[in-house]
Amino acid sequence: MDDFSYARAGDVDGALRLVEEPGAEFIAGGTNLLDLMKGGVTAPTRLIDITQLAGLAQIHELPDGGVRIGALASNSSVAENEWVRARYPLLAEALLAGASPQLRNMATVGGNLLQRTRCPYFYDVGFAHCNKRDPGSGCDALLGFNRNLAILGTSDQCIATNPSDMNVALAALDASVQLRSSRGSRQLPVRDFHRLPGDTPQRDTNLAPGEIITAVDLPPSPFARHSHYLKVRDRASYAFALVSVAAALRIDGGLVREVRVVLGGVAPKPWIVAEAQPLLQGKPLTAANLDAVADAAMQGARPQGDNFFKVALGKRAIVRALQVAAGQEA
Amino acid sequence: MTDKPLGLSRRNFLEAAAAGAVAMPLSRRVAAEPAPGSPAPDDASQPVRLPVLPSTIQLNVNGQVHDLSVEPRLTLLDALREHLALTGTKKGCDRGQCGACTVLVNGRRINSCLTLAVMHTQDQIVTIEGLAHADGSLHPIQAAFIRQDAFQCGFCTPGQICSAVALVEEHRRGPDHQRPMTDDEIRDRMSGNICRCGAYPHILAVVREAMGEGASAAVPGANAAGPGARAAAHG
Repeated sequence: MDDFSYARAGDVDGALRLVEEPGAEFIAGGTNLLDLMKGGVTAPTRLIDITQLAGLAQIHELPDGGVRIGALASNSSVAENEWVRARYPLLAEALLAGASPQLRNMATVGGNLLQRTRCPYFYDVGFAHCNKRDPGSGCDALLGFNRNLAILGTSDQCIATNPSDMNVALAALDASVQLRSSRGSRQLPVRDFHRLPGDTPQRDTNLAPGEIITAVDLPPSPFARHSHYLKVRDRASYAFALVSVAAALRIDGGLVREVRVVLGGVAPKPWIVAEAQPLLQGKPLTAANLDAVADAAMQGARPQGDNFFKVALGKRAIVRALQVAAGQEA
Repeated sequence: MTDKPLGLSRRNFLEAAAAGAVAMPLSRRVAAEPAPGSPAPDDASQPVRLPVLPSTIQLNVNGQVHDLSVEPRLTLLDALREHLALTGTKKGCDRGQCGACTVLVNGRRINSCLTLAVMHTQDQIVTIEGLAHADGSLHPIQAAFIRQDAFQCGFCTPGQICSAVALVEEHRRGPDHQRPMTDDEIRDRMSGNICRCGAYPHILAVVREAMGEGASAAVPGANAAGPGARAAAHG
């Protein structure tokens, strides 16, 4: 790693002041940032340690019955939390499907939101052309080994995926990101937090310069009884998703009243299947209805050389995730 | 806000500054890219990489407090191995993928290669060297690794043992502590530790035994860890 200086922030205002210095970045869990620094993908000149910011690791109930998760809460502490397990089992499932126990103990919720793609052409600086790493340089992935890469929401400049499992579940649960900067506070729905690459693939998120994530808010959820996170990957554990599906249902009298289907592993951001609600609203989960959602989800897919399989895999994963969420034997 | 004082005395500041002056031409470097999501800084605000002085920190490792002079970029793994000569913790991939560097920080298992030593001045760190009892008798998980023949080359073993120790504790404290973990759950919870020799069935047996299920190998999927499997491994 290149040399950098280090400072520890004691509170959010102090952290915001410290990070104004050119070349400074926040570090919390460090599991992605230090890995990127070791690989020479990023090279901050100063790291601002925010792990000691008071109160930001806490998880507490909101007056409306929702839950606020502090940005510094570890992935494992969120997955173990009793409110999360009871009210948002989808989130606990997604978190436990990600990384390894060691990494989940280190990685924070805020850091997970900002996790960068694992596209091999981004991650390995030996490849000259990556518009995300070096804007304007081109994209080696388009004609390269792109088996793991995106089929939805891509541009001709970037086909990288968002690697997070947590983000997929948060989008399905209508969570919002709480942000602070010297200009004040704001919140962004998780579904608007990540960006599609377009012609600025170097920008993963809508986090503004000088802004810090303080928490993620989960609204009261009607999906606790019927949800499932299905992750399909090359090995049974400790691998990034080829395709993942967060499926959440509110079922009444055998009919779907409300539904969320969000995909991971196939797009540059958590990919919301907006067609699910109109297609399933007021209907039973028959095979034909499930197939209709799966077909609609993959309508606009633009697979590349090695990842045509993700279209069929994605459709089957959507059907299966909804069936499991509904308690049907798949 | 506390911009933490880094414990420099006037003397070691001068020493470090002198060393830095020599090293400067090599380490001065303009950062190649802005932070993710931020616009490209104009020339006046380009960050310049200045030499960084080592600072003195204290680390509590295996119940002992050590003073170390470290650069911020030193990982906890390298601090343990290169500064404290605790070489039981292994450097495998150095990128958080293999688990050989697993240690316990405040009772939780982490990858020591993906964290900075300077970030752990308030923590209790336990390495493989700190697991045995003061009288030299092995930690039950260490003893079980020997009893179950759960290693061959041994390189991943310290990480596997630290991980297994933490897993048993996680399960004991966790919401599902009333039921034993299934073999698939144990495999999943040990998947952050890679073993190139393939000692997995015996490592699984260690964890199962440690959770009090060792005798009842009737758990579905528990076939690989029976006496026959051990005999085969020896054969």
